[in-house]
Amino acid sequence: MNARTDARQLALAGDFPILARPIHGRRLAYLDNGATTQKPDAVIEAERRFYRESNANIHRGVHRLSQEATELYDVARESVRRLLNARAAEEIVFTRGTTEAINLVAASWGRANLKAGDEILLTALEHHSNIVPWQLLCEQTGATIRVVPVSDAGELELAAFEQLLGERTRLLAITQVSNALGTINPVAELTAKAHAAGAIVLIDGAQAVAHQTVDVQAIGCDFYAFSGHKLYGPTGIGALYGRAELLAAMPPWQGGGDMIRTVAFEGSSFAEPPQRFEAGTPNIAGAVGLAAAIDYVQAIGLERIAAHEHALLERATAAVGDIPGVRLIGTARHKASILSFLVDRIHPHDLGTILDAEGVAIRAGHHCAMPLMTRFGIPGTARASFALYNDEADVDALVAAIHKGQDLFGTRGTTR
Amino acid sequence: MSDIHDNLRELYQEVIFDHNRKPRNFHPMPEADHQADGHNPLCGDQLTVFLRIEDGVITDVSFVGHGCAISTASASLMTEAVKGRPVEEVEALFADVHAMLTDTHPERDLGKLEVLGGVREFPARVKCATLAWHTLHNAIVGARDPARTE
Repeated sequence: MNARTDARQLALAGDFPILARPIHGRRLAYLDNGATTQKPDAVIEAERRFYRESNANIHRGVHRLSQEATELYDVARESVRRLLNARAAEEIVFTRGTTEAINLVAASWGRANLKAGDEILLTALEHHSNIVPWQLLCEQTGATIRVVPVSDAGELELAAFEQLLGERTRLLAITQVSNALGTINPVAELTAKAHAAGAIVLIDGAQAVAHQTVDVQAIGCDFYAFSGHKLYGPTGIGALYGRAELLAAMPPWQGGGDMIRTVAFEGSSFAEPPQRFEAGTPNIAGAVGLAAAIDYVQAIGLERIAAHEHALLERATAAVGDIPGVRLIGTARHKASILSFLVDRIHPHDLGTILDAEGVAIRAGHHCAMPLMTRFGIPGTARASFALYNDEADVDALVAAIHKGQDLFGTRGTTR
Repeated sequence: MSDIHDNLRELYQEVIFDHNRKPRNFHPMPEADHQADGHNPLCGDQLTVFLRIEDGVITDVSFVGHGCAISTASASLMTEAVKGRPVEEVEALFADVHAMLTDTHPERDLGKLEVLGGVREFPARVKCATLAWHTLHNAIVGARDPARTE
């Protein structure tokens, strides 16, 4: 699809009030969407309306507001079910985000099911949040971690994956889209293979849900984690999808109100999923805002968003990749929305500061994927990441700002 | 409020570029009697500072590592500024540099180190400029853990 026509079709930047704010007197080109997305009026307004009109605690009041808040929270859970195409809303557990969702699985399923000698299979592409919870679990259980390597292009080595997958593998925990490189992993294929080997599969969907349609039944995964704030929703809310049979057999991971059936000092009994995993008053307003964000992206259509972003990524890849002295990091055949690169003799942090002065917001650093940076022998990259409201002008601003950086450093038009 | 581009020129002065391209005293020192590692995990900057201290005076100093232009230039300028000076003076200088990089202007002129003052307008970059100095301090006091700015 042509980026120009599609940008006009989407024409959505006006829905995001923050994008109208000039940065250092310039038009903001917000290209740090991999870190967090901006929020449309619909989301901001939904949270505000909740606090102004419906705020109360859920599941415990007989009064009107409590019933209303409970209904809104339940509707939000149904919205997440629809987003992921889960079979039932009971398979959706609200969490603070992807990190908490993965920690939940590690603490509950992991402690109950893993023992010394068991293996957890990760990939070199993982974000720290899909590494460290498993390391903590390994310390507690004696299980060990094995890692699927990546090629120079940033694609998983599938032959190595098959070799590493074995009868000791109890869990495959893998990102759907690499946050540092943008690589899209063939998660359905990998899930089928892991299942054939008898392993459970968790997918980190943090970088996927805002950029493509996700269908957990089609993927066949057992767990799927994502964050609302990378999907145009509020911070502090996300969800874990867990297959019903697995959730039903899992012990609680946090104790408190709302997750119990009865409590006595002799012992307590616990609620069914998903309440069993939602101790304490949840982020109700956040869930309401997340539901508004899901409605927003679904009204536009995730396939249209994906096509628009793909066109922008292609344009940016060509334009940035053509700048003398630029080296792209991550050139997988299937990529989503993320362009990682290095500019010769300009450290990513210096570049980030210079781009900011031009109103261009990018991320510079290791992107919470230090093992991946080590794999490529680099301390970090500059990363531009795209969202539905970005357009060609943002890409042009990025390219112009990189040129400015090279002018300042006296490296324009030169290669090492 | 001053213009961002003025601030940027103030930050990236020619002296900074010069020290970034050709860092001074940029080599390991096998005969060092003090050394320490510094790491800024947020941006990946990493360096090691080597010292020879005789009778309370820094007789030689060098560093190795990698980082952004600000951190490399700061480390390079630092080695020039502290070589041949008593440790006590160097520690006082660190306090003045730190003050210059954050908010207050120190009372005395810091000479060539004044070029680092442009960092003041970029709070996110202050840690890049201070990393070498924290590492130097650790080398002097013999701290075992790496210096970290994050």
